[in-house]
Amino acid sequence: MASLLQPPHPKERRIIFGNISKPGYAPDIETYLTHGGYESLKKAITMKPGEIVDMVKAANLRGRGGAGFPAGAKWSFIKYDDGKDHYIVVNGDESEPGTFKDRYILHEDPHQLIEGLAIAAFATNVHLSYIYIRCEFPKAAKIVWNAIKEARAKGFLGKNILGSGFDLDIYVHQGAGAYICGEETSLLESLEGKRPYPRIKPPYFPAVLGLYMKPTIVNNVETICHVKHIIAMGPEEYAKMGTPGDGGTRTMCVSGDVVRPGFYELPCGAVTLGELIHDICGGLKPGRNLKAVIPGGSSAKVLRAGEVFKLKVKGPDGQMIEKEIPLLDLTMDASSLQAAGTMVGSGGVMIMDDTRDMVWALNNLNQFYAHESCGQCTPCREGSLWMSKVTTRIIDQGARPDDAKNLKNIADNIAGRTICAFGEACSWPTQSFLAKFPDEFEKRLV
Amino acid sequence: MIDTTTRQADAITPEFAAEAQELISHYPVSKRSASLPLLHLWQNHFGFIDDTGIEWIAAQLDLMPVNILELVTFYPWFRREQAGKTVIRVCRTLACALAGSYEVKEKFCQAVGLDPHAEHHGFGCAPPTTADGNFSVEFVECLASCGSAPVALINDDLVEKISPAGVSAIVERYK
Repeated sequence: MASLLQPPHPKERRIIFGNISKPGYAPDIETYLTHGGYESLKKAITMKPGEIVDMVKAANLRGRGGAGFPAGAKWSFIKYDDGKDHYIVVNGDESEPGTFKDRYILHEDPHQLIEGLAIAAFATNVHLSYIYIRCEFPKAAKIVWNAIKEARAKGFLGKNILGSGFDLDIYVHQGAGAYICGEETSLLESLEGKRPYPRIKPPYFPAVLGLYMKPTIVNNVETICHVKHIIAMGPEEYAKMGTPGDGGTRTMCVSGDVVRPGFYELPCGAVTLGELIHDICGGLKPGRNLKAVIPGGSSAKVLRAGEVFKLKVKGPDGQMIEKEIPLLDLTMDASSLQAAGTMVGSGGVMIMDDTRDMVWALNNLNQFYAHESCGQCTPCREGSLWMSKVTTRIIDQGARPDDAKNLKNIADNIAGRTICAFGEACSWPTQSFLAKFPDEFEKRLV
Repeated sequence: MIDTTTRQADAITPEFAAEAQELISHYPVSKRSASLPLLHLWQNHFGFIDDTGIEWIAAQLDLMPVNILELVTFYPWFRREQAGKTVIRVCRTLACALAGSYEVKEKFCQAVGLDPHAEHHGFGCAPPTTADGNFSVEFVECLASCGSAPVALINDDLVEKISPAGVSAIVERYK
């Protein structure tokens, strides 16, 4: 795997990628221990479990998988002493197009994940945990499993961890090529050995009826890794790196038409989209101009170059005022992107320049969603395929006068009408490409 | 074409059975959870999954064969036919497509001697495979390496930043 890490940009703050950035850093436990490994776990097991949950809450850690749910709140849904078995399942199914951070953590620093997971398990009274890794990372599954065995041999996992009386077993579970398994309830069905159809919420919130119908936490790989650093730095210090309500660092994965694609670990809200594209990623390729940005994985709504958003910001006197903010001045944090009608999602930023055809790009995504719909809900199963067929036909034969209207109608009839969020994920690209680039569809009218 | 003359289950070794038991032991709460691990074990060992594989796995887990078959038909990774010794999975999704993955896939097909425009519908069929059984080439969806696009997963190796001109040298490494 080629390293995408450049020397850190001044705006970067490498916490999760701190070790990986060091020359000669290897995924074995001896290397990890010489880099301060498992010190946070040693500290955590001397604390009260509730204190750890409170620290994660105070750190304002939001989930890094896409939905951005506050991690501490998620953990506090688990009642420590309810007499039930609890589980933590780590979501390493990383398959949102545009996102490629967990791949590097799993391959290059597996002990960071295991340490974070052991702390999380200690805090929530979990004794059995699974790390779900997509099967397209075959080497990662071996590396993580080997790391688990190393940690067990050193007494960081298994029975009576470091003499604390706390037991934890972790196993690796491999997926089998289905994007839907990144949806947390689908992932649980997959882990139970069933067809991975997402479960309906309510009642099947994982915190209530999760793995084997027991209270379960499902967290993204990067989210779990942050736990170790919250313990090490203290929640105040950690939270201070980000914005209020979005603490710590976030790994932005940048791909597409920029000079230096790659992943960049940045304090939440530290950069604007313009700084990310131009200062950090070296701008667009020579002679090209920006056309479109998908800011948070392929399911996030697309933004058009030159757009101006009216956002509520704090004025000089502390009052909230409405301000016009051009696209490139948008802050890359959860609340700003949400206010701009899209989302920070999984941190996958895809950049397209003025040589790109937006109908072609949408068709690529429509084909992805048509392939990946699990087929459980009719609007999604049928609609994702129809959208893909219509955009493919527009490219092959030109657009009919009703195509744009029909596409929007199909998308509008999927979003909000399905069991899981895949319905939104597959309709938002079509809805947003149509809204932001109507000219590209008109251009194809025959 | 599904080969029905040989029964894969007849070739199970004690080592294979022991490995299956080890995997089952990772799921102390429910054996059924070992379905996917056993399917992976089977496909890695035999190359594909025949009816006897489905029946054998179901029997290990106290399930009906249909409980295993419904997984084989759902997940794109599993197949009911032999694929090439080397399987080249080129990423098709947006970031790789922007970086030229369609051309890269075509070059891979040409380099191993496959029709670049052959349709492959999945559903358990092996991807297009060369007559000598050495290579299969297929498009897959996002491989989560968008920053080093275009990429391909060749057997267990991720190959990154592939240029159309570099394809034949990559293929040589797997001959």
